[in-house]
Amino acid sequence: MDLSAINPVLLVASLMVAATPLLLAAIGELVVEKAGVLNLGVEGMMITGAICGFAISVETGSPWLGFIAAAIGGAILSLLFVLMTQVALANQVASGLALTLFGLGLSALMGQSYVGIKPPAMGRLDLPVLSDLPVVGPILFSHDPILYLGILLTGAVWWVLKYSRAGLILRAVGENHDAAHALGYKVIRIRVLAILFGGACAGLGGAYISLIRVPQWTEGMTAGVGWIALALVVFASWKPWRALLGAYLFGGVTVVQLNLQAAGVAIPVEYLAMSPYLITILVLVILSADKSGAPAALGRSFHASH
Amino acid sequence: MSTPLLSIKGLTKAYPGVVANDNVSFDIGEGEVHALLGENGAGKSTLVKMIYGLVKPDSGSMTLRGAPYAPPEPRAARADGIAMVFQHFSLFDALNVAENIALGMENPPAMGDLAARIRAVSETYGLPLDPFRTVGDLSAGERQRVEIIRCLLQDPKLLIMDEPTSVLTPQEVEILFQTLQKLRSEGTSILYISHKLEEIRTLCDHATILRLGKNVGECTPRETSARDMAEMMVGTALKTPERSGREFGEIALDISGLSVPSPSEFGTSLKNVHMTVRKGEVLGIGGVAGNGQDELLAVLSGEILTAADAVKKDGQPVGRLGPVARRRLGLLTAPEERLGHAAAPNMSLTENALLTGSVREGLESNGFLKWAETQAFAERIIKEFDVRTPGPENAARSLSGGNLQKFVIGREVLQNPDVLVVNQPTWGVDASAAAAIRQALLDLAAKGTAVVCISQDLDELMEISDTFAALNEGRLSAPRTTVGLTVDEIGLMMGGAHGMEVAHV
Repeated sequence: MDLSAINPVLLVASLMVAATPLLLAAIGELVVEKAGVLNLGVEGMMITGAICGFAISVETGSPWLGFIAAAIGGAILSLLFVLMTQVALANQVASGLALTLFGLGLSALMGQSYVGIKPPAMGRLDLPVLSDLPVVGPILFSHDPILYLGILLTGAVWWVLKYSRAGLILRAVGENHDAAHALGYKVIRIRVLAILFGGACAGLGGAYISLIRVPQWTEGMTAGVGWIALALVVFASWKPWRALLGAYLFGGVTVVQLNLQAAGVAIPVEYLAMSPYLITILVLVILSADKSGAPAALGRSFHASH
Repeated sequence: MSTPLLSIKGLTKAYPGVVANDNVSFDIGEGEVHALLGENGAGKSTLVKMIYGLVKPDSGSMTLRGAPYAPPEPRAARADGIAMVFQHFSLFDALNVAENIALGMENPPAMGDLAARIRAVSETYGLPLDPFRTVGDLSAGERQRVEIIRCLLQDPKLLIMDEPTSVLTPQEVEILFQTLQKLRSEGTSILYISHKLEEIRTLCDHATILRLGKNVGECTPRETSARDMAEMMVGTALKTPERSGREFGEIALDISGLSVPSPSEFGTSLKNVHMTVRKGEVLGIGGVAGNGQDELLAVLSGEILTAADAVKKDGQPVGRLGPVARRRLGLLTAPEERLGHAAAPNMSLTENALLTGSVREGLESNGFLKWAETQAFAERIIKEFDVRTPGPENAARSLSGGNLQKFVIGREVLQNPDVLVVNQPTWGVDASAAAAIRQALLDLAAKGTAVVCISQDLDELMEISDTFAALNEGRLSAPRTTVGLTVDEIGLMMGGAHGMEVAHV
């Protein structure tokens, strides 16, 4: 066992990378749930985004186009959820589960000819002086642009929900859709937009895994991150910064346990592998003790005549 | 009078199977308080929804100050100076007062400015409100102030109020009326919907009466008796429940020193409640909604367990017994919420009859259900309480509110309880059905049952109860004999005006 092989600076830098797919998916789902919709299809939208992003960036050679395609792919898949739950008023839980299963199957089909290929790499931020600073440089100033996008998105979502009129209306729709309708807000339209946003975010998160974190395509490679994102939103009490904290915590423990495995610590691998899930949920359960409640209309279908 | 503010001509709106409004016409003058009267299902709500742009009429037209008016959505109605205070408050519990008000405005100012304006308007009209409190923590009266202030901030020309007083104490009603009078003197017209006739006689200049979607008459409320208006609403002569003089027996239900925390976050905890009810007595418990009514019912039904001695039936401690054990002993309850609490919405009436009747009516044996007997029981309820439904196989949710209410009350009454506790027995029920339910409760008391009636309808409590007590913030006032109680005394028992003050004119 050799713990000295673990470099703390690289550890922090890589935990941010490990956390980003989770953060992107969670922020998207947070907005969806704030609008009163429970979309359990995050995993399916992520994996679809992962293959869309991978395929397009391999075909075009541009990771940027890949990420755009991933966002569009996730949003298109979420459109299916829109049709089921907002138009046909189907049960949201069942529709979400169906979306996940569908997304897993669809991505496997689409990805058949992409196994074993390496995608084009995305450039990293390289600021003169800043990126070369010791410690701070590798942690803060030499990541890929999507990682920064994730943090910016968290801040933007927080600001919009808290201070903007659009955010207030979104929260109102998620809180009491009948009242929002009575005041003349377009409940369905707002929810559809929120779902599409959630789909695009999940798609980005998936593509981050296939293009940056593990730059390759394997069937089912999101490996449950979508489900963790769903849990994260709940335990983060629907607060964006707490979701960021939870995502980084999860990423951190994941990276640490991988390093510990590599260093040959005398703890069975299974325990190490389950530790990120346990620790993240434990910490967030403690944090969510203040009982800031769920959006009151979460998971309920809205129809104007009811 | 010159051109009316709003003129309605021949409005018709049909839903599948029912014509909600059939060729309704009337005018609302400038600065007039116009009452819209009618029973449940008479089409009042549909009519105001058309005025507010929530529902589009099938035919007919409206003119606002002489110009054609057909709002495609509430925004357009608000832009034309029409504001509405909803019957079921259209508020968002998790948001604060200022956010709730901002949601009802087209172009709200920044939160800081808005808060200042809310404070200013609320002081002018004597409706104090803290803009930054969370709405979920407010009392019903305070919530209504939020709605009213939301409307007032838009300088409405026409203010629509849908049953505004159903949740207020008498003092709060008085202050509301002074606010409305002040608005009228400033030239605002008010369309006032209610079925409380005395209020309409005090407040309104003119009344339009709807029955089954049709305009059946107009009157000047000050010159028409409440009884005449009621008969125009119902279309037949009204029967007042009769109460026969009777002797009270021994104490059937005894609650002493009961304190329990509320199970829900926004609920009210009960604090040191004492009460006794004798056989044959009807105890009326008044109070504004949310002052511990639901908790008191849950304590009596066995949904909240207490110390064994805190609740006694016929001297026997029952505080630790659950609902089924209490039913076996003859302590029956009918909660307020019809769908989801008193009845399972998607189950048939037969199944719902079984749910509370199985113990006392012997509808199961060795774990097997006796469907034939259960159906007979359900049919008996339907027959004796005149529940209008094609048959007991229909789902509870398919019944109208009033019919389902008759069913859930009838279901308990027919089980011959020793003690019956009902919460809001005639809530949302039209006048003739309400009279039938009250009569059934009185008949039950005459047979020696101790009845506890929790209600927010003071007229109802005065009509049927022998003794009256009020819940205020989880405390129960000392019971008083109903005969001779004045409205002022009742208001004080209910906790006065909850910090409201008279409008500074």
